[in-house]
Amino acid sequence: MTAYLLRGAAPLGGPTRDLLLHDGRIADPADAPTNAVTVDAAGLVALPGLVDLHTHLREPGREDSETVLTGSQAAAMGGFTAVHAMANTDPVADTAGVVEQVHNLGRVAGYVDVRPVGAVTVGLAGQRLAELGAMADSAARVRVFSDDGTCVSDAVLMRRALEYVKAFDGVIAQHAQEPRLTEGAQMNEGAMSGVLGMRGWPAVAEEAVIARDCLLAGHVGSRLHVCHVSTAGSVELIRWAKTKGWAVTAEVTPHHLMLTDELASTYDPLYKVNPPLRTAEDVDALRAGLADGTIDCVATDHAPHPTEDKECEWAAAAMGMLGLETAVSVVQHAMVDTGLLDWAAVADRMSVRPAAIGSLGDHGGTLEPGSAANVVLVDPSSLRTIDPRESVSLSRNTPYAGLELPGRVVATFLRGRATVLDGKLQ
Amino acid sequence: MQRHLLSTADLTRDDAVQILDTAEELRSLADRPIKKLPTLRGRTVVNLFFEDSTRTRISFEAAAKRLSADVINFSAKGSSVSKGESLKDTALTLEAMGADAVVIRHGSSGAPHRLATSGWVRSSVVNAGDGTHEHPTQALLDAFTLRRHLGELDGRRVTIVGDVLHSRVARSNALLLSTLGAEVTLVAPPTLLPVGVSSWPVQTSYDLDASLDKCDAVMMLRVQSERMNDAFFPSAREYSRRYGLDDRRFARLPEHAIVMHPGPMNRGMEISADVADHARSVIVEQVTNGVAVRMAVLYLLLSREPA
Amino acid sequence: MPPAQRSSSTQAATTTPATTRVVLDAADITRALTRISHEILERNKGSADLVILGIPTRGVALAHRVAAVIGQVEDSHVPSGSLDITMYRDDLRLRPARTLEPTEIPARGVDGAVVVLVDDVLFSGRTVRAALDALGDVGRPKAVQLAVLVDRGHRQLPIRADFVGKNLPTSLLERVQVSLAEYDGDDAVLISSADGAG
Repeated sequence: MTAYLLRGAAPLGGPTRDLLLHDGRIADPADAPTNAVTVDAAGLVALPGLVDLHTHLREPGREDSETVLTGSQAAAMGGFTAVHAMANTDPVADTAGVVEQVHNLGRVAGYVDVRPVGAVTVGLAGQRLAELGAMADSAARVRVFSDDGTCVSDAVLMRRALEYVKAFDGVIAQHAQEPRLTEGAQMNEGAMSGVLGMRGWPAVAEEAVIARDCLLAGHVGSRLHVCHVSTAGSVELIRWAKTKGWAVTAEVTPHHLMLTDELASTYDPLYKVNPPLRTAEDVDALRAGLADGTIDCVATDHAPHPTEDKECEWAAAAMGMLGLETAVSVVQHAMVDTGLLDWAAVADRMSVRPAAIGSLGDHGGTLEPGSAANVVLVDPSSLRTIDPRESVSLSRNTPYAGLELPGRVVATFLRGRATVLDGKLQ
Repeated sequence: MQRHLLSTADLTRDDAVQILDTAEELRSLADRPIKKLPTLRGRTVVNLFFEDSTRTRISFEAAAKRLSADVINFSAKGSSVSKGESLKDTALTLEAMGADAVVIRHGSSGAPHRLATSGWVRSSVVNAGDGTHEHPTQALLDAFTLRRHLGELDGRRVTIVGDVLHSRVARSNALLLSTLGAEVTLVAPPTLLPVGVSSWPVQTSYDLDASLDKCDAVMMLRVQSERMNDAFFPSAREYSRRYGLDDRRFARLPEHAIVMHPGPMNRGMEISADVADHARSVIVEQVTNGVAVRMAVLYLLLSREPA
Repeated sequence: MPPAQRSSSTQAATTTPATTRVVLDAADITRALTRISHEILERNKGSADLVILGIPTRGVALAHRVAAVIGQVEDSHVPSGSLDITMYRDDLRLRPARTLEPTEIPARGVDGAVVVLVDDVLFSGRTVRAALDALGDVGRPKAVQLAVLVDRGHRQLPIRADFVGKNLPTSLLERVQVSLAEYDGDDAVLISSADGAG
């Protein structure tokens, strides 16, 4: 196996030093074999490989929008070494069979570790629990369970799920959306929705479910993870739950850290997403929450859709946007360049903490000798204009098209093997 | 004036006045032996209706024909659209047919905006009602009707009553009448006022009786009784009692005040039959004025150098 | 509301006096209109069935003046009005949309009448062509005649005036401006060269 000597990298944005990746581990550069490939990492920030808790790989079922292979490639290009594949596939990942299939496809693809997320309820229907234990015990070793796309709105079912996964240290990742309050909802409910004449999606529909779930998690002493937090009120609730000492964690997407519901005035469905883009005040609160650790991590909610599902009128369009390949850039733009996070904290929010939430032993490590060689090199001085045609995803629905964003992933290493080198997929 | 008419928010005061002045001249055409002008000869206007609305479609059709444009009516029902053809493919078809203007009615808010800004068509796009967003030509004809009865609208008080939340007519009127200097009050039960209405250039009230004494015109919106199934109000009777324009309320209006309704009316629900048929009800005149206003819009959008 | 400005703006006259000269002054215009009025009466053997229609903007004032003169001479009322031709123009694609001017047809209508169209300047003839089309949609006159204050030549259509205040040979680069008291404060016909007309 090729050894890589990363010369002059800045681990976590700190003082520069050389990093040796050898036999899948980070090793002492003094031990570099003579045939080691040298990578000029001067000016580049080295981070532990990024971990995404929230990725839609679409396979099985919607291979026209993404496959495990293309989604893994997009993840590698974005600096990720592990992704959690959401369960809302067709068939739904609600049995050991489906999660093992996805897990295997990930292994064959080989770009990132694909960790399947299991459905909480059979068919995401919110009626009865899926076989959570079977999925946990399967070769896929599922630890994160979610009905993402729909909410486990039944309080009893949510309570049981939270309790049940304690047996194997699982976590329920809740898509918090009160269904009755959001019937037919198209965008954030506020001044913009009133002007644009679109059915609104009130913040309370998210916050009410988060409040209930935090109370349930506290009551039964289990782990709750809140998916894609999008409102200022949600941040407050999670902050409150954490002061209680409850095992509540939360994620925020890159797009909710940067974009607002003003974009809906274009009626371009590229900006249609669930949860919806909110207001500038919400964006500020989310940034502050991520900065102070109330929100544990950034998760992309990478949601590929074929062109025809976005090239239509807003109401008919699918919800979701691409995120893997732009996540680091958006986080740098929203958090690092604004002084809210340093690169060490970025490593914490995009690698260490999501790896811990997902119980991924090999990921979210340090960059010290002995750690698994999951490493990403980021060029923070680079500016790039986002061109959807350059995406390695099968889909093109990026909301950042044409925007100039900082930061570029130069290289990604999965257990010492380069998946991306010189900005190119290997 | 811009190339498209998508929202009354896009109209400056000068734009709006130009449309109304033009419509004023065009309205006299109705009294002439030959009601047709050669102005848009050789131009093609497509009426693209994804929602049934015979009244609006006929009005646009009459307007286009009186300007000698060729009119193609494209109704989504029973066409390829109902078989799943996308808005984009429909648009490309119209473009291939050489449409100069597309008049679009669509159930989805923003569909006309999408058509105009997507680059699928080069034609001018006229919003003939989109979802619960806007219906700009309705607001223009309402403003036109108001102006004929009340003169210039500066400082005039117009009360719009009913389902503002779901009403494209209310949205377009609130913006346009404010642009023209009128003081607009929206009256509705709190459930039927949109979140964020406080940022609109209007007053709001939950009490119809309190808004009657000083208003120069009252515009009643259609309220669908199905709304009570979604708990927007308890019953049709209660709605009618609190927000309907009945004879008693009508008697409290100032002598000169007029009554408007975009149609179709629910007699007995938001408006009593006697009020609807009263001499100061201008509901039928609104229809007549609709043709002149739509002629003005088509003329002003199309009599310009192609982009 | 002030009438929309057409080519007969007074702007250039005041800003570039060096390149502008007066062709007709107020007295000249009055004399010309008086002569035209008499010629109309002579040609039509009286004022019976006459309807004088001006083409907006300045043709309308001229039409009313001519009708007044004829009325004085004949001691009768000669109906006059305006005929807007905007919707009949053949250059709609070439210029921004114009606001319409009023069309005011006298109560007797134009059927069977001798309609005298009045405009300030006769140039390409396209305005008159449009006016004939517009008139045809209003009714069926017995005859149509054309009176203009100034004929500056350069016809693009086979159209000729029946009554002319002044024939004014011009270069295509020159600009003829008609000012009338009703719109511009005083009466004058001015000619200016194009570079000065800005």
